[in-house]
Amino acid sequence: MENNVNITNKENKFRQDFAIIAGWVGFGSKVLDLGCGDGELLTYLRNSLEIKGYGVEKDDANWLTCLQNGTNVIQMDLEDGLSGFEDQSFDTVILSQTLQAMHNTEEIVQEMLRVGREVIVTFPNFGYWRNRIQIASGGHMPVSKDLPYQWYDTPNVHLCTINDFDEFCNNYKITVIERKVITDGIEVSFMPNLLGNLAMYRLKTGQ
Amino acid sequence: MSEISRNSVGIVSAQTAHFDAPLTLKNGEILPQFDLVYETYGELNASKSNAVLICHALSGNHHVAGKYAETDKNAGWWDNLIGPNKPLDTNKFFVIGVNNLAGCHGSSGPSSIRPKSKKTYGSSFPIVTVEDWVNSQARLLDHLGIETLAAVIGGSLGGMQALQWTIAYPDRIKHALVIASAPNLTAQNMAFNEVARQAIITDPEFYDGDYYAHNTVPRRGLRIARMLGHITYLSDDAMGEKFGRKLKDKIKYSFDVEFEMESYLRYQGDKFAGEFDANTYLRMTRALDYYDPALEHGGDLSKALKKVKAEFLVVSFTSDWRFSPDRSREIVKALLDNELTVSYAEVTALHGHDAFLMPDAHYHAILRAYLQKVEV
Repeated sequence: MENNVNITNKENKFRQDFAIIAGWVGFGSKVLDLGCGDGELLTYLRNSLEIKGYGVEKDDANWLTCLQNGTNVIQMDLEDGLSGFEDQSFDTVILSQTLQAMHNTEEIVQEMLRVGREVIVTFPNFGYWRNRIQIASGGHMPVSKDLPYQWYDTPNVHLCTINDFDEFCNNYKITVIERKVITDGIEVSFMPNLLGNLAMYRLKTGQ
Repeated sequence: MSEISRNSVGIVSAQTAHFDAPLTLKNGEILPQFDLVYETYGELNASKSNAVLICHALSGNHHVAGKYAETDKNAGWWDNLIGPNKPLDTNKFFVIGVNNLAGCHGSSGPSSIRPKSKKTYGSSFPIVTVEDWVNSQARLLDHLGIETLAAVIGGSLGGMQALQWTIAYPDRIKHALVIASAPNLTAQNMAFNEVARQAIITDPEFYDGDYYAHNTVPRRGLRIARMLGHITYLSDDAMGEKFGRKLKDKIKYSFDVEFEMESYLRYQGDKFAGEFDANTYLRMTRALDYYDPALEHGGDLSKALKKVKAEFLVVSFTSDWRFSPDRSREIVKALLDNELTVSYAEVTALHGHDAFLMPDAHYHAILRAYLQKVEV
């Protein structure tokens, strides 16, 4: 897989999570990427799948980079909800590695399901064994490549495990169409809540 | 040569286009003939694909950039945006500034002379609308041999014209930059206009709009109208930072100018009353009040934008309470509903509505980035 030159980001580095998201997004579809950063994922999806994409980004510098990249970008705070978007007006709404930093976690997931026919959510799995070891052995909150913050400066206010998110979907009657878990770009199917560090969910409303 | 003059469009001059074909206005009246005064900066390319139209707001005009003479104290009203290597780069674009109908800077308006009677129009000059302005601007483009605009740009009332361009002439507009604007005015916003108009109309020197014949102008009314306007163009914080409670001298227990803020408002009011026409002010505020493209579509702005093809940049400023970010978001939503290409920036700014004319670094970086992507 690492030799696949078609699925690379701007640093020419293979992004397994992007590849999985691309597999869940239809060719030429309409995509909304919430917390789109510098627009890297949308640029990738535009180049590979000719999507009609819009990003939502709060940060000035990221917003400007999106514009410079030719990514349509709406500046707003996701915590305010998605009232600027009509019901079911997008094929797919994506929240990539941002869920854990949201205060209104429940509301944003419901809003995504309202706006998108399908929803993709990815987040760092707090149940990953390295995180568990840091707490269990060192007695400290985990600090790693994926969770690079100290407890006192982290934007990640709602970290959860794969088990937690499965339960969340069940409680809110959200259908998990597909779930993939990866560690260092490789898919994990055995004991994902222990061995996976990035959880990826493809969701829709109802059960 | 200084940095400023190197980036300036330099010495400019205005031109006048005369139109003999009648223009039917939204209110049903017909202007049998009219003049539009305009300026251009940069060169129109061979394929005539690099033209950008600047639409002015309430008190603006066609003098958008450059100076008429080296000794001019002030350059055009959006000079910080337009020039060689500036965000709206005149090395790339051919920029057109135009004074709107009913204006007082050379285009046909209440203070201009009727062709037949050789008297001023005065009160008889029609109440024009944003739609009429855009139709007259389209005539100017025809006159210049320009079929399609690379972009139309406007702030505030100018943003309404930019939006209207995309509705009325979807095939003639590639990009619209709608800045600090709204799809219509709120009741509060119209209320400020009404107070401004009442100040003018109740001035004893107004003479029902025919003050020219009495060799006078309703100076006091226009002055108060402008003072009111200036309060609403700034944020509370901006006024606080600029003036606070600073006194000119010590408290005198009088109604003279004692606070710095009063000095500013009186200065702005006096300056404006000395150079602007009250009848124009009345008409500009009415054009603001009347603009409401959703009205014919049951209040549904998304339906009003059904035929729009242009790509959009919509910009608002956090402290602008006269044209708040919420109003810009309404435009963005209607564009998204129509699956149009749009980016929206909400610029953090202290200066309220006035921010759209200021050279804030991030704001200008946004306009520069967007305009660099515009193909000509």
